[in-house]
Amino acid sequence: MIRTYSSTSGRFDWTGLAFTILLAIVIAVPLLVVFTWAFTEVWRYPSVIPQKFGLRFWDQTLSRADVWEALSISLRLSATVTALSALICLPAAYAFARMKFPGRDLFFLSFLASHAFPKFGLLVAIAAIFLQLNLIATFWGVVLIQLVGTLMLMIWIPVAAFQAVDRRMEEAARDVGAGPLRVFWSITLPQAGPTIFAAVLLTFVSTFYETEGAWLIGAPQIRTMPVLMINFINNQVVIQYGAVLSVILWVPSFIALMFARRVIGTGAFAKGFGA
Amino acid sequence: MARLTIESLRKSFASTVAVDDFSLDVADGELVCLLGPSGSGKSTILRMIGGFEQPTSGAIRIDGQDVSRLPPDRRPTGMVFQSHALWSHMNVFNNIAFGLKLRRLPRSEIRRKVEEALELVGLGGYGHRQTFQLSGGQQQRVALARSLVLEPKILLLDEPFASLDQHLRERLREEVRDIQQRLGITTLFVTHGQDEALAMADRIVVLRNGQCEQADAPDIIYRNPQTQFVAGFIGQMNFIAANVEGGTFRHPHVSIAVGVQDGPAVLAVRPEALGLAATDGEAGATVLRSTDFGSHIMVDVELADGTRLKAMTSPSIRWERGARARLVPAAYALYRDNRLVDSGRVEGRATTAASLDVVRVTV
Ligand SMILES: Nc1ncnc2c1ncn2[C@@H]1O[C@H](COP(=O)(O)OP(=O)(O)OP(=O)(O)O)[C@@H](O)[C@H]1O
Ligand SMILES: [Mg+2]
Repeated sequence: MIRTYSSTSGRFDWTGLAFTILLAIVIAVPLLVVFTWAFTEVWRYPSVIPQKFGLRFWDQTLSRADVWEALSISLRLSATVTALSALICLPAAYAFARMKFPGRDLFFLSFLASHAFPKFGLLVAIAAIFLQLNLIATFWGVVLIQLVGTLMLMIWIPVAAFQAVDRRMEEAARDVGAGPLRVFWSITLPQAGPTIFAAVLLTFVSTFYETEGAWLIGAPQIRTMPVLMINFINNQVVIQYGAVLSVILWVPSFIALMFARRVIGTGAFAKGFGA
Repeated sequence: MARLTIESLRKSFASTVAVDDFSLDVADGELVCLLGPSGSGKSTILRMIGGFEQPTSGAIRIDGQDVSRLPPDRRPTGMVFQSHALWSHMNVFNNIAFGLKLRRLPRSEIRRKVEEALELVGLGGYGHRQTFQLSGGQQQRVALARSLVLEPKILLLDEPFASLDQHLRERLREEVRDIQQRLGITTLFVTHGQDEALAMADRIVVLRNGQCEQADAPDIIYRNPQTQFVAGFIGQMNFIAANVEGGTFRHPHVSIAVGVQDGPAVLAVRPEALGLAATDGEAGATVLRSTDFGSHIMVDVELADGTRLKAMTSPSIRWERGARARLVPAAYALYRDNRLVDSGRVEGRATTAASLDVVRVTV
């Protein structure tokens, strides 16, 4: 008997499926375990599911003032850093994408290169400078250090987004009477919108989870959620505290993703990430 | 509405000269077609008029006022891009309304004008559509409406129909011509399609390497090309290269008395002015193929020196492949170093007296 296969396009893509399953396992299983732990009161080896579910550790965690304060600080920090980053980086990204000025390529390259070196050394150096400027353990000190960390993402992605905008569209807008600023605002920005929104979102989330800078500059007065979580885990071996905090930490990601879907629809959002 | 004057316009990019000493005067309400091979500088000229490219030197005047240093948003020009460049994040209505909003017109008036513009291009009621919900031809028409709604003094069209099929092109070009004449907008039209230019233009400018070869009415461009390049570029043309000796263009297959100095020259004869006469001698041209177009037959012949020619003959005579034919030109033009040096009709039977069975197709 002769078995016939349809052409390559019709053949079932096993590799793709394997990758998908592998990814799902690697990403979803740890999340699921953490999620389960957060609602567990007793879970002893070798049982596959916990012996006793409950919200005891949620009560204990949420009743702590330092948790709420850390959440508030984290949200304020992320919002401030993201806003400042967008304010600084978007015009810079536009300049990189559209304008020709001497030293443009060198500047861009040095910018990327600054992120190619180990970050912690850089942070320590910056911390030394901040110490002299009395920025250590202040809100704005942490803002500054985290801002530095976001610059690359907030320039790189928008540069690509701006470069992808059809020049003819911008010219057509000039043609009907729009000045350069108006063209940027009404044509370029909306055209690059989904991608830039993705960059803003990534910046917000990554700032929220940033620990090195926040810990080095902010401690002990400014304690963000991730820093607090590290403390919890270091001081107590109760796994549930960590789990509960983790689940709380997911919240901004989920809000951000939901917001993203609402604002621009899934298709455009995926496109923003290059899908 | 406006008169466009271009004076010795030049544009050089890093190493290439895109436009070289180009001058043109476009009268009020005139439609001028820019025609030329790829890379001849058509788009660059249009973009300089629109303000998207700075001239290296020269002046562009609209109604006498020099606009060559103004940014595009301050020029009274409207451009329709080859890629139509509609703003995909706006619907059709907002695409057309954008320029009006910038001019701070009242809402009701914007609405009215946009509706009018849509009607004008035959897209009434399409305002709410997204641009990607339109066919290619409809998108082009929206792009046209977007420019027209602002009532530009000068309309610039850069191959606006390039991506459309033959049928749609023909319809759109009639619509554009119609609208242009109704509104009396001075228009510059870049195209690759000769028939488009011949059908639409009041005047055709043939460009080559950034220079103007000839600027004339379509019929003159066709019937009286001033350079060998134009002769070959517009319509079909047969060229026969040979020498002029003692006042006669001498070629083994044709001899014509011409009034020019001795030396090398190129004889140009349109297919419809080239008759064929049957001959049995070895001296004739060889028929390669004949194609029946219904109204006429196009016969391809090859001369002894390898030159290939096309002759348009009446359907009454069949030409078999391999048959021998004698060339009977009815009208010719003679070029030397690209310049026209002589032209005329071949009178009587001076060169064909020997043969009685002359088949000639009148122009
Ligand atoms: N931005 C640019 N930089 C460098 N050279 C350019 C630029 N724009 C055009 N050119 C050159 O100028 C010449 C004329 O180009 P242009 O676009 O005007 O040609 P065109 O007649 O419109 O051709 P086509 O029919 O293919 O559109 C070409 O040789 C082209 O390579
Ligand atoms: Mg062009």
